[in-house]
Amino acid sequence: MNLIKAILVMGLSASLVLAGCAKKGDTRPEDQAGVGLEGSAAGPQIGKYGPGGTAGGAYGGGGAYGRGGAGDPALNDPSSPLYKKIVYFDYDSSEVLPEYVPIVNAHAGYLASHPNVVVTLEGHCDERGSPEYNIALGEQRAKSVANMMRYQGVTDGQLQLVSFGEEKPAVPGSDESAWAQNRRVEIVYSGN
Amino acid sequence: MHGMTEILRVVRWLPSLLMLWVGVAYAELQVDISRGVEGAIPIAIAPFANQEELADPISEVVAADLRRSGRFQPLSEDRMQERPVTPEQVQFGIWQALGQDYIAIGQVQRIGGGDYQADFHVLDVIRGATLTSYKLPFRAGEARRAAHRIADVIYQAILGEPGAFATRVAYVTVSGEGSKARHYRLQIADTDGYNPETVLSSVEPIMSPAWSPDGSQIAYVSFENRTSAIFVQTLATGERRKVSDAPGINGAPAFSPDGGKLALTLSKEGNPDIYVKDLASGALRKITDYDGIDTEPNWSPDGRSIVFTSDRGGKPQLYLVPAEGGAVRRLTYEGDYNARGVFSPDGRSLAMVHGTRNHYRIAVMDLASRALRVLTQGPLDESPGFAPNGSMILYAARTGNSGHLAAVSIDGKVHQTLRVEGGLVREPAWSPL
Repeated sequence: MNLIKAILVMGLSASLVLAGCAKKGDTRPEDQAGVGLEGSAAGPQIGKYGPGGTAGGAYGGGGAYGRGGAGDPALNDPSSPLYKKIVYFDYDSSEVLPEYVPIVNAHAGYLASHPNVVVTLEGHCDERGSPEYNIALGEQRAKSVANMMRYQGVTDGQLQLVSFGEEKPAVPGSDESAWAQNRRVEIVYSGN
Repeated sequence: MHGMTEILRVVRWLPSLLMLWVGVAYAELQVDISRGVEGAIPIAIAPFANQEELADPISEVVAADLRRSGRFQPLSEDRMQERPVTPEQVQFGIWQALGQDYIAIGQVQRIGGGDYQADFHVLDVIRGATLTSYKLPFRAGEARRAAHRIADVIYQAILGEPGAFATRVAYVTVSGEGSKARHYRLQIADTDGYNPETVLSSVEPIMSPAWSPDGSQIAYVSFENRTSAIFVQTLATGERRKVSDAPGINGAPAFSPDGGKLALTLSKEGNPDIYVKDLASGALRKITDYDGIDTEPNWSPDGRSIVFTSDRGGKPQLYLVPAEGGAVRRLTYEGDYNARGVFSPDGRSLAMVHGTRNHYRIAVMDLASRALRVLTQGPLDESPGFAPNGSMILYAARTGNSGHLAAVSIDGKVHQTLRVEGGLVREPAWSPL
């Protein structure tokens, strides 16, 4: 029962984590403009459709964002326990498998001792099933990892969660080996 | 029905000029049709007089539409022994001998400037009588659209139900291999795959397009700020409004039948639940409250109920809840994965993704009897939605590394495929009539 209680508590803190994502100050042009305007540098391109509208099709440029770009060399040292940053999952499951617990623990320890470092936990799914259901499943996976990290002293402010569902597979393909690589949470350092 | 299936294969290429004009990846239209031969009505679509003045020969577009529906078997032009233009010119005996039940004839006239008019007639060959006559004005550049309208008129005159040829399909394409080069586009095309236009282009995912009931707006999920947000975009102007960017998931938007509200999925309280947002006032109402996953809301046509996917029974299944919230009722029991339920336009049935571990197919459940019929072969079918006249279900299918759109008639007999070259095509949404 204590374990269940602990899980419930962790669930609650995860909702705080999610709430904490709200005020992260990435700039959103629409917030100021009220209406999305065409042609912000790295943002999406919007086309008109229908009578009188010219054809769309301009491509949004750039837009790649820093991934694992933390300055600490330990994060990019293949001999470091922090080198691995991906946690894989079973089909339709958000339970962190025993073999990936050391990876989560290593990053949790690092984050707990570096309270100014922030990570994004990106939840992903394989392509099977319904896209929006997979968004929910990917979020559950990210929450599982977040809960373990919280338990080891990582603060809400250090964790950002996002689920991409099946929208960003790591590898293409429709077989078990591809699916296994796509069911994952990526621990993405955003610089320190 | 069984064993009597004929495969027709039609391959077309979008003219290269058009490709440049729209500035998007060109579409290879490939329509595969298989159907029960005895079900299709033989009809002759005679070449319309003066149609060679137009970029697209009207009679050919009409015949392709009718063939694609699986309900008609148009006569090939080279078997036609006369080319009547007015009802008086039709010699019914000739068409009876060719085994035709109906014939459509017409002519195109320039009525000044860039304006044209199509005068056409549908005749019952067996009874030797005119079924309907129609005059349709159109602009020079809209010959294909006019042809789709003519196909709608023919479909309704003969079958007594509206056609959906002059409607459109929204979908998301994903091009580029690997996460760095990936590009997402929300596109809208005619239902035969022609005239694709991009209404949003982004390096981050775009999901779940949903049409407003009047067809003027489209709601979608965009990850352009690296988190999900729901936008409503007015198609004619390109203006858009951010409707939701709560912490966590902002997903699965669905317009209410009166267009005034949006059902959506939010996880701002820690887990995904169904909410309804009033679009005028912005007022948000929580409809479901469960500790696990609730998502994929879809309104019943009368606006009173919302079907959604939940894992509250351990596996994803479909549930029904009053649109203002209240008691939740489970709808599906067959199989261990039923998701993304959508109501048919008459409200009598639900289409869904019906899955087992490695096999996801499109099924339809009759709401009165709860009988479930599987319509597609899988293995990775998803995102079903009804044509606005209820005749077909459009969905996304995947084979190997390619994803395409497919449609199946609600009796499961007619299958169509629509491919776009160079990437995945996903999440189709058929426009209203």
